[in-house]
Amino acid sequence: MRQGILLSADIDFMIHGVFSYEIFGQTVWITTTHICLLIVVLALIGIAFAISRVMKKATEVPGGFQNAAEIIVDLLDGVVKGGMGKSAYKFMNYIGTVFIFILICNISGLFGLRPPTADYGVTLPLGLITFVLIHFNKFKHQKVSGVIKGLCDPWPIWAPINIIGDIAVPISLSLRLFANVLSGTVMMALVYGLLSVIAIGWPAALHVYFDLFSGAIQTYVFCMLTMTYISDAIGDK
Amino acid sequence: MEFNENFILGCSAIGAGLAVIAGIGPGIGQGIAAGHAAAAVGRNPGAKGDVTSTMLLGQAVAETTGLYGLLIAMLLLFVKPLLP
Repeated sequence: MRQGILLSADIDFMIHGVFSYEIFGQTVWITTTHICLLIVVLALIGIAFAISRVMKKATEVPGGFQNAAEIIVDLLDGVVKGGMGKSAYKFMNYIGTVFIFILICNISGLFGLRPPTADYGVTLPLGLITFVLIHFNKFKHQKVSGVIKGLCDPWPIWAPINIIGDIAVPISLSLRLFANVLSGTVMMALVYGLLSVIAIGWPAALHVYFDLFSGAIQTYVFCMLTMTYISDAIGDK
Repeated sequence: MEFNENFILGCSAIGAGLAVIAGIGPGIGQGIAAGHAAAAVGRNPGAKGDVTSTMLLGQAVAETTGLYGLLIAMLLLFVKPLLP
């Protein structure tokens, strides 16, 4: 009875350890998340090299691959400009990188990988980077007095609640992304595991919803909220 | 008092079922957002793109509370924190 509630054993959406090694007396596991992440990152690096090779001999009238690259960059720049306004130029690189990374991670379920973002160990660092960016920019642009004034917003007695609100930002950001991608992964695993006899062809529609639509929306939401929080921290001067 | 493993697993399953009741709230909230967005598009069809993207952003944020319930259910079912 140890294998628990699921009676059928072929439902599989958990993270698996591939191999382990010892370092400083700790056992460290290399899991499927690491491997899928490595594949995604290598694919991104390959695409980046291909694009940079094309852009070295860029032509005035873009064609083919150069056209696609320019459309992507234009779209991302438009998103960041729409979300941040004046200070967009400083954050275009970061937001664009995170956008492409999360998007490729989310839709990697289409290629048979387990999406790396369905592991809390991947989304929490993304949330923490946002947290650091928010507070770095807050201290940079509002100075210490402004930060203290923001903490004691209506009255000083509200300071603990404001601190809890600040800490909740990265947690809710990362949990939102994680839970959305995980729920899609679990759904697809249930479909393939429980209905494996009749799961021919039609799960493609579910893939379009859970991997493409949900993944794209959550990517957009993550980047949009990051931009909103950062421009909120910068304040309008 | 000593409980056996199956009892704890059964109670975990009941708890997981209760936890996903949290889906009611986001469902209502998303429905309200979609309804108002539909009304807004009806009033001003030119702003369809802006209204749609704002609606999707708001709905995705509203969805979070439901997903917390789902996470609790997942933890109870698959991580089994209550087992000794």
